[in-house]
Amino acid sequence: QRIEIHKLRQGDNLILGFSIGGGIDQDPTQNPFSEDKTDKGIYVTRVTEGGPAEVAGLQIGDKIMQVNGWDMTMVTHDQARKRLTKRNEEVVRLLVTRQSLQKAVQQSLMS
Amino acid sequence: KIESFKVTVDFLKVPLGLKKPPLKEALAAVPRPGRPKPLSVERHKPRRSDNMDNESQYSGYSYKSGHSRSSRKHRDRRDRHRSKSRDGSRGDKSVTIQAPGEPLLDNESTRGDERDDNWGETTTVVTGTSEHSISHDDITRITKDMEDSAHLDCSRHLGVSLAGALALLAFLTPLAFMLLPQLLWREELEPCGTPCEGLFISVAFKLLILLLGSWALFFRRPKAFFPRVFVFRALLMVLVFLLVVSYWLFYGVRILDSRDRNYQGVVQFAVSLVDALLFVHYLAVVLLELRQLQPQFTLKAVRSTDGASRFYNVGHLSIQRAAVWILENYYHDFPVYNPALLNLPKSVLSKKMSGFKVYSLGEENSTNNSTGQSRAVIAAAARRRDNSHNEYYYEEAEHERRVRKRRARLVVAVEEAFTHIKRLQEEDQKNPREIMDPREAAQAIFASMARAMQKYLRTTKQQPYHTMESILQHLEFCITHDMTPKVCGAFLERYLTAGPTIQYHKDRWLAKQWTLVSEEPVTNGLKDGVVFVLKRQDFSLVVSTKKIPFFKLSEEFVDPKSHKFVMRLQSETSV
Repeated sequence: QRIEIHKLRQGDNLILGFSIGGGIDQDPTQNPFSEDKTDKGIYVTRVTEGGPAEVAGLQIGDKIMQVNGWDMTMVTHDQARKRLTKRNEEVVRLLVTRQSLQKAVQQSLMS
Repeated sequence: KIESFKVTVDFLKVPLGLKKPPLKEALAAVPRPGRPKPLSVERHKPRRSDNMDNESQYSGYSYKSGHSRSSRKHRDRRDRHRSKSRDGSRGDKSVTIQAPGEPLLDNESTRGDERDDNWGETTTVVTGTSEHSISHDDITRITKDMEDSAHLDCSRHLGVSLAGALALLAFLTPLAFMLLPQLLWREELEPCGTPCEGLFISVAFKLLILLLGSWALFFRRPKAFFPRVFVFRALLMVLVFLLVVSYWLFYGVRILDSRDRNYQGVVQFAVSLVDALLFVHYLAVVLLELRQLQPQFTLKAVRSTDGASRFYNVGHLSIQRAAVWILENYYHDFPVYNPALLNLPKSVLSKKMSGFKVYSLGEENSTNNSTGQSRAVIAAAARRRDNSHNEYYYEEAEHERRVRKRRARLVVAVEEAFTHIKRLQEEDQKNPREIMDPREAAQAIFASMARAMQKYLRTTKQQPYHTMESILQHLEFCITHDMTPKVCGAFLERYLTAGPTIQYHKDRWLAKQWTLVSEEPVTNGLKDGVVFVLKRQDFSLVVSTKKIPFFKLSEEFVDPKSHKFVMRLQSETSV
């Protein structure tokens, strides 16, 4: 699913309103959202209420695949953070996937 | 050199473990079963046991040498040993048999306890068989051999003397080699100065070394009688014999006949013989001692009656030697065999006796029906609701509780008894009447713990093993060495746990006669999967062999600087 988030300006920072976890330098077994415990991708761990992410439709547990065209499946945690918080970008376009989406795809394939 | 030969003699004595002539034994054995009863009234235990022991020296079947009809020589060798070992032997294994039963009863009966411990030795049957393998032969041949056993005594002496003669011959040969030219043609000999003197000294020292080496290696009391000849030792004997004979041959032809004038050559010839004998001694050391040191097999010994088992590591041994080795370890590893502990309580067993009657309907085909019937009975018995395990459990629990209670009483009584005496300090002034030696001290405090001790022993069914005399002796021993029950329970340790057999009074409980049952000839070496059985009258030890696996060790080098660690991260960043 493609989600477009408009950043909100708060003071000097642009915030998106969610938290990320994961990365290739992190421990994938601690990830509560991933199905495959060796998945080192970036996952959404929290979504602040009323924030731009929630408004845009981002859900907790989503795995972020791309940010503005940059791949997020094999990045370190810090690189992911940097890509999301670039100061000169007002809008970030994310490509995310979640369990329900995957199931829907599978069902449509099978039917 | 003589030593090495004496050695061979002696070690021949060792392996051939045949027993003494059976005839007297056969005679003695017959009235034996009746003897225990009248003995129980007697109080002259020591004297009678002496008599017993004397008799038993002649007791026991000598082994049915018929088993190895293969060679007369074998039989001779085997017999040789018997005569020597008879003298050796009070501590030996298979020499005295069937002595032990009577003294046991004497002791016990004086205390008026009644029990039925005619186990082991007293109920010996006529077969006082020494270790023998009944692998290839049947019983009839055994009975046939009873007659020839009478000859074995003489042949044993013959064998020993033969080996001794060989040893002596070998030892004296170099000396003879050197002396004969001097005696026979002294005038013609070339004078031989310093080289000969050097050679003389070397001969003297080498002979001395050989003497000491042989004494160290071979002059040992034989451990056991082996049923068959000990292959390596026979080999060595033959080797020595051939060596000596060939040397004499050469000597006779080259030197005596031709009257060689070169005395130095003769002396060198003698020295070479001494060297060869030293090497034979070295070979003996390697074959007899070193080869079996490196462990190659693991033997598992299981006692057939109660399942006590142990594992042992041994090297390359023949089956009979492995059997002796196992027995040596049996006596200090296995808890003593107590037949009273084996039975299920009667109440448990009696319920099982009711059987099923099986009626066969249909054809009367007996072969089919027999197995079918038995299976039906077994199946029905299994299906029937059987609560005997319950009773067994409760009986066990009750017994356990009883034992613990008695044990507690015993411990308290003993501790209290020990507080009554103390070691005499120098500064105490006591009149001589009050000073006691350990024996009297033991007797003084024994009374207070006697009852508790007796009850405890009876509950744990150990009372055959401990007579009052033995308890007093142990008490005396502990008092002398200040082993108080408070500190480590040293006095009680002996009674609270069933110890290995060797802890109990030697003459009584060390049954020295075992039967070796094996499917392979007992002089074969151990191999993977060999199983043999060591039997006594009531129980047997089943020994099975497994080869120690071949270990492949590979190396992995770890650089000490390579031990580095990182933290496991799971961070969460909010964007």
